[in-house]
Amino acid sequence: MPAVFQWIEHSWLGTSVNNSLWAFAAIESLHLLALAVIGGAVLVVDLRLLGWVFPRQTVAEVARDARPWLIGSVIAMILTGVPLMASLAYSKYYINAAFWLKMYFFAAALFFTFAIRQRVALGDAARANSIIGKAVAVVSVLLWSGVGIMGRGIGFY
Amino acid sequence: MAFFLHFCEWLGNTSFSAGIRESTWWYPIIESVHVLGLCLFVGLLLLWDLRLLGMTLRRVAVSEVWARLIPWIAAGAVIMVVSGILLFTSDPVRFYGNVFFRIKAFGLFLALLNALAFHFGIERQLLDWDTAPATPRAAKVAGALSIALWAIVVMTGRLVAYNWFAPLV
Repeated sequence: MPAVFQWIEHSWLGTSVNNSLWAFAAIESLHLLALAVIGGAVLVVDLRLLGWVFPRQTVAEVARDARPWLIGSVIAMILTGVPLMASLAYSKYYINAAFWLKMYFFAAALFFTFAIRQRVALGDAARANSIIGKAVAVVSVLLWSGVGIMGRGIGFY
Repeated sequence: MAFFLHFCEWLGNTSFSAGIRESTWWYPIIESVHVLGLCLFVGLLLLWDLRLLGMTLRRVAVSEVWARLIPWIAAGAVIMVVSGILLFTSDPVRFYGNVFFRIKAFGLFLALLNALAFHFGIERQLLDWDTAPATPRAAKVAGALSIALWAIVVMTGRLVAYNWFAPLV
C-alpha cells in the first residue's frame, strides 16, 4: 500500500500538481465549489425525508429532481479530489489520519446514498414518509458531514 | 480606508481576537462550521438559482420553491455571517490586506446587488411566470449571475488561505 501511494506521488499527475504554484489551490477551490453543490443536492432530499421542505411534493419527486446534480457533483468531487490527493499522495495523505477517516466516511456515504437512501426515497411512499425515511435522512446528513469535517481536518492534522 | 485599517488593528489587539487566534481548537472548529454552513447556504441557494434557470424542480411553482427554501437559506446565511465574522476577527489585518479577501468581499457585494435587482425587477411580475413552462430571460440571467458570483465568493474564499501576493495594507 505505501508503495502504491509513493508511485502515485511520483506519477505524472502527482508531480504536475505538486510542481505548480497554482494547480493545487485552483483545484482545491473547484473541490470546495463541488462540495456546495453536493450539500444542496443531498440536503434537499434529506430535508424532504424529514418532512421539513416541499411537503406538497413526494419524496420520490424531490429525489429524482436532485439526482442529476448529486451524481454530477460526486463526479466533480472525484475528478478534483484525485489530483489533490496525487500531489502529495504518500508524504501528506497516506500518513494523515483525517484523510483516511474522510475516505471511510466517503465510501460509507456513497454506499448509503445510492444503495439505501435512493431506494427508500424512490420506493414505497408510505415507507419514505415513515420513521424509516427520517432515520435514513439523519444517517445521510451525519455521513456527509463526516466527509466534510474530515476533509477540513486534513489541513489541521 | 484608513479608518477601517485602524478598526482592524484595534480588533486584532483585543483579547477576544487573540483567544481565537491562539487557541488550538477554536479556529478549526469555526472553520468547519463555515464549511458545513456553505453546504446549507450556497447548496440550497444554488437549487433556487437552478429553478430560475428551469434546471431543477420544474414542476414546483417558483414562488413555492422560494417559500420552502428561504428558511433554510436564511439559517445558512446566519451561520455563514457569524462564523465568517469570527474567522475575520481572528486576524483582521491579514484578511483585510489579502487580495482574495478583497475580491471575495466585492463578489459578495455584487451577489447582493444581483439579488436586489431580481427582487425589484422581474420578481414583481412573478405571478405571470410562476408556473410557466419556461422562466423569463431576466430570471434566467439573475439565476446564472447568482451562480457565477457565488462561485467566485466560494473559490476566492478558499484562496484567502494563500499569501501569494504582498499585503495591500
